[in-house]
Amino acid sequence: MTPSEGARAGTGRELEMLDSLLALGGLVLLRDSVEWEGRSLLKALVKKSALCGEQVHILGCEVSEEEFREGFDSDINNRLVYHDFFRDPLNWSKTEEAFPGGPLGALRAMCKRTDPVPVTIALDSLSWLLLRLPCTTLCQALHAVSHQDSCPGDSSSVGKVSVLGLLHEELHGPGPVGALSSLAQTEVTLGGTTGQASAHILCRRPRQRPTDQTQWFSILPDFSLDLQEGLSVESQPYSDPHIPPVSKNAKARTRKCSLVSGQGRENKSCRGWGWGQGF
Amino acid sequence: MFVELNNLLNTTPDRAEQGKLTLLCDAKTDGSFLVHHFLSFYLKANCKVCFVALIQSFSHYSIVGQKLGVSLTMARERGQLVFLEGLKSAVDVVFQAQKEPHPLQFLREANAGNLKPLFEFVREALKPIDSGEARWTYPVLLVDDLSVLLSLGMGAVAVLDFIHYCRATVCWELKGNMVVLVHDSGDAEDEENDILLNGLSHQSHLILRAEGLATGFCRDVHGQLRILWRRPSQPTVHRDQSFTYQYKIQDKSVSFFAKGMSPAVL
Repeated sequence: MTPSEGARAGTGRELEMLDSLLALGGLVLLRDSVEWEGRSLLKALVKKSALCGEQVHILGCEVSEEEFREGFDSDINNRLVYHDFFRDPLNWSKTEEAFPGGPLGALRAMCKRTDPVPVTIALDSLSWLLLRLPCTTLCQALHAVSHQDSCPGDSSSVGKVSVLGLLHEELHGPGPVGALSSLAQTEVTLGGTTGQASAHILCRRPRQRPTDQTQWFSILPDFSLDLQEGLSVESQPYSDPHIPPVSKNAKARTRKCSLVSGQGRENKSCRGWGWGQGF
Repeated sequence: MFVELNNLLNTTPDRAEQGKLTLLCDAKTDGSFLVHHFLSFYLKANCKVCFVALIQSFSHYSIVGQKLGVSLTMARERGQLVFLEGLKSAVDVVFQAQKEPHPLQFLREANAGNLKPLFEFVREALKPIDSGEARWTYPVLLVDDLSVLLSLGMGAVAVLDFIHYCRATVCWELKGNMVVLVHDSGDAEDEENDILLNGLSHQSHLILRAEGLATGFCRDVHGQLRILWRRPSQPTVHRDQSFTYQYKIQDKSVSFFAKGMSPAVL
């Protein structure tokens, strides 16, 4: 049994959820909010990819390398290639340590890889990049790096590429979010009720209708997933593939699926932290 | 400092966590009492404090500080407190020739791109002194308040960049803390303020949001405080913790109580 097979084997729907998020490759959009943070799920996916034997690159812009690596054991940490853009992302120190081209340059450099090993690139965070780069530039770079394993006419066999992008929903308007959504093969929108997190997962498989499902879960200290039985809604065809799954619709579906003994009212009251909405 | 608030936050000056960013926010009320609390808290914790005060004068903070048991004048004289008085400095920047870079020099520039001079001021103020003896426990940056920078023409991303560099230096490199205040105007059209507020919310370890009561003014209940702990060092089964208390501000203290449990109505 290869390490990859061993990592993917085993019981539990935990593996199914993480596998389903990574299976398609391409851009995986993790949409979180102030109340339901997504970095823990990002780290869980990073850990999963590392255990599967993939090359894992982290573009760290928002938190320090120490903070990102916290909670991973040495086996996982040794497999991560960390690109630090937290300490001096804008080259204010005027030293030679800054990566030429900054985070965008590093992202573009990953388009030039030629080895067949599957690779996962974690962007922490996509919001940080989107606030400082033109949306079109960022989308072009994301498209290039996440589709380099499917370029026609390319004689070299480049391994599967997964790009995990953490996106803080409240920071961006519908235009940029919609553009990123259209690039994503998989979208995960985080939410939940009091004390219980949920992930609404939208998958766009080639030549198939998009499917969506909602999974209730929690993340354990070692960044493995603890899935909650009984509340998940199984994968089903997305109702209208021509309408992009904007956050309001996705969360409305999550609220609808979680209506158990009056939880709908709880969902509405605790979903918003109240920024700019008034309570 | 307010002892009851320390109890709610489960902290004291001698056992506060380090490397943390605390976001203070107020909506439809005045949340400055939180600024005064943390100023006195960290001075009593023997921290080296850099206070970027853009809203009030030094004498204002000093008068309140005396009620809370700290002397800002003495703290400044002994080098514990570095105080940037924005109101006074702004006049100097605009009406006097500057030979050296000024923290607020963006006020003189037609197209101010960033707040790098202000960051360099903070870094210089809080850098460790090579005296061989640690005189202060850890550094703290306090900003009152960031929304003013938007009003003075800086973009939200420029302010976020400033806070980013301060976090990298104060919280990560120097293992200190930061406390910043941002107003929530409630104006849905103020996109810049929303970006700043939400951007900082995602970076913060602790968010304290003071809100006016939805029912309006009340003599015995001045507002409610929502507390949200974020970004624990380890993920837990339970997600971020949130609590809400109502409060009444008195002359030298603030009392907190559960919603609807004001002593005046019991």
